[in-house]
Amino acid sequence: MTNGMFDVDRIRKDFPILSRELPGGRPLVYLDSGNSSQKPAQVINTMREQMEQHYSNVGRALHTLGSESTEAYEGARDKVAAFIGAPDRDEVIFTKNASEALNLVAYSFGNPTCDDERFRLGPGDEIVISEMEHHSNIVPWQLLARRTGATLRWFPVTDEGRLDLSGLDELVNERTKIVSIVHQSNVLGTVNPIGGILARVRAVGALMMLDASQSVPHRAVDVAALGVDFVAFTGHKMVGPSGIGVLWGRQELLEVMPPFLGGGEMIEAVWMDHSTFAPVPHKFEAGTPPIVEAIGLGAAVDYLTAVGMDDVQRHEHELTVYGLKALGEVPGLRIVGPATAEDRGGILSFTIPGIHPHDVGQILDDQFGVAVRVGHHCARPLHLRFGIPATTRASFYLYTTTDEIDALVRGLHHVQKVFG
Amino acid sequence: MIAESLYQELILEHYKHPQGRGLRDPYDAEVHHVNPTCGDEVTMRVKLGDGGKVEDVSYDGQGCSISQAAASVLHELATGSTVVDSLAVVDEFTRLMQGRGKIEPDEDVLGDAVAFAGVARFPARVKCALLAWMAYKDAVARSSA
Repeated sequence: MTNGMFDVDRIRKDFPILSRELPGGRPLVYLDSGNSSQKPAQVINTMREQMEQHYSNVGRALHTLGSESTEAYEGARDKVAAFIGAPDRDEVIFTKNASEALNLVAYSFGNPTCDDERFRLGPGDEIVISEMEHHSNIVPWQLLARRTGATLRWFPVTDEGRLDLSGLDELVNERTKIVSIVHQSNVLGTVNPIGGILARVRAVGALMMLDASQSVPHRAVDVAALGVDFVAFTGHKMVGPSGIGVLWGRQELLEVMPPFLGGGEMIEAVWMDHSTFAPVPHKFEAGTPPIVEAIGLGAAVDYLTAVGMDDVQRHEHELTVYGLKALGEVPGLRIVGPATAEDRGGILSFTIPGIHPHDVGQILDDQFGVAVRVGHHCARPLHLRFGIPATTRASFYLYTTTDEIDALVRGLHHVQKVFG
Repeated sequence: MIAESLYQELILEHYKHPQGRGLRDPYDAEVHHVNPTCGDEVTMRVKLGDGGKVEDVSYDGQGCSISQAAASVLHELATGSTVVDSLAVVDEFTRLMQGRGKIEPDEDVLGDAVAFAGVARFPARVKCALLAWMAYKDAVARSSA
């Protein structure tokens, strides 16, 4: 597979689950990749082979299996580092998910054992997030504000579903210590502009983190080019397994940050009354890590790289253009998020007047095999901002077809018939 | 198909044309119950009369067809009934909903509420069906207190 050769039918053959039938002979129409993606045989086989042939603990076992396992685990780190353009492979920290990566950074602030000025936080200091965040990029900062007395602030969201940056200079000011926002919204699909915010963050001497859980799987993301300080994402949304996430951080920051969890492998030496710590990344990887999952993520990165992230993005852009038009023809349907595919990923959340998303989702699944997500998608404040309790969300990936979007639209017409 | 047994005509009718909807005075107790997993909510008022009679069950809320239709059916069954009889229906309804679809419903006790039997096979939706009924039980307990 090379540029210009993107063939969705061929890609679908790599994902065994896409050819299964649901009870009653319904085909599976999986439009819930923003929630979690499906896995190609290449990832499944790599993980199976690791468990069948090479499995042992990493980092500490000196036997053959130990070195094979360690090589594969650290090899996965190399692959992830290359995939996101990390200047140094040691800047890639394996976590269990994006939430842990975000918490790890949040817990670095206001910690009395860290004397670096940039991580000092207390009353009068400010943390800035946005109204379009997933709960995992809200709650850790709320907890941090409560621990330290710092103030939590946020960018509002416009009616069109874009970040409202009109108050940027007031919101991000000399009191701001960290700005943490989502790269691509998991509800709106909005891809946020980073440059302008980052320039202001730099001007006031604050740090900046991106929740890239919905961007790294769907477009080429180069952390060095972005220029931010921290990036969090997760394996299971990028054709990898669950149980493995990534924190990328600038090495110079990771080095001054305090350890997060204590335990095996994160130490240099331990006495009864104190310890010294391993260098990054291992300082942040206490205990036996998700070994097979990390190796699976490495295989996922290989897979996506072979397909080509630019082609993945192009395919999803075409689906988004198609999906916005197709859904626009469903009577009364209202898209929550940008109306055009510009600076927007393949996530379409919507409401239909008079019909609750749970009823929409149930009929789509039971009668058409269409899997969508319904509810607030772990972004309750965003739904409150739009004055709605829930939305129905269809999310696309490299294996999604326009036929599947057509099936969704047919299903929605039926839903309207049932509840009309 | 499966959903057709979930979305019985009677449920859809109650959803489209809810009975007794809207909060009314006078009332003895008012409760507000929410289903945190899906955001469904109901506010319910109960007015009791002499001899344990249920004079009015009024409610307002938002949510899926199952939760809203369940409130409407409850209003019909409880209003004009007695506390004792209506709580017997609540118990039978709760037993049915928690039976994972393996319980034979007692139609004589349940009346129209038997239409919800299919919901019991969808664990994610059982709480929707029970929301108003649990609110009613709570409101009656507070009214009698």
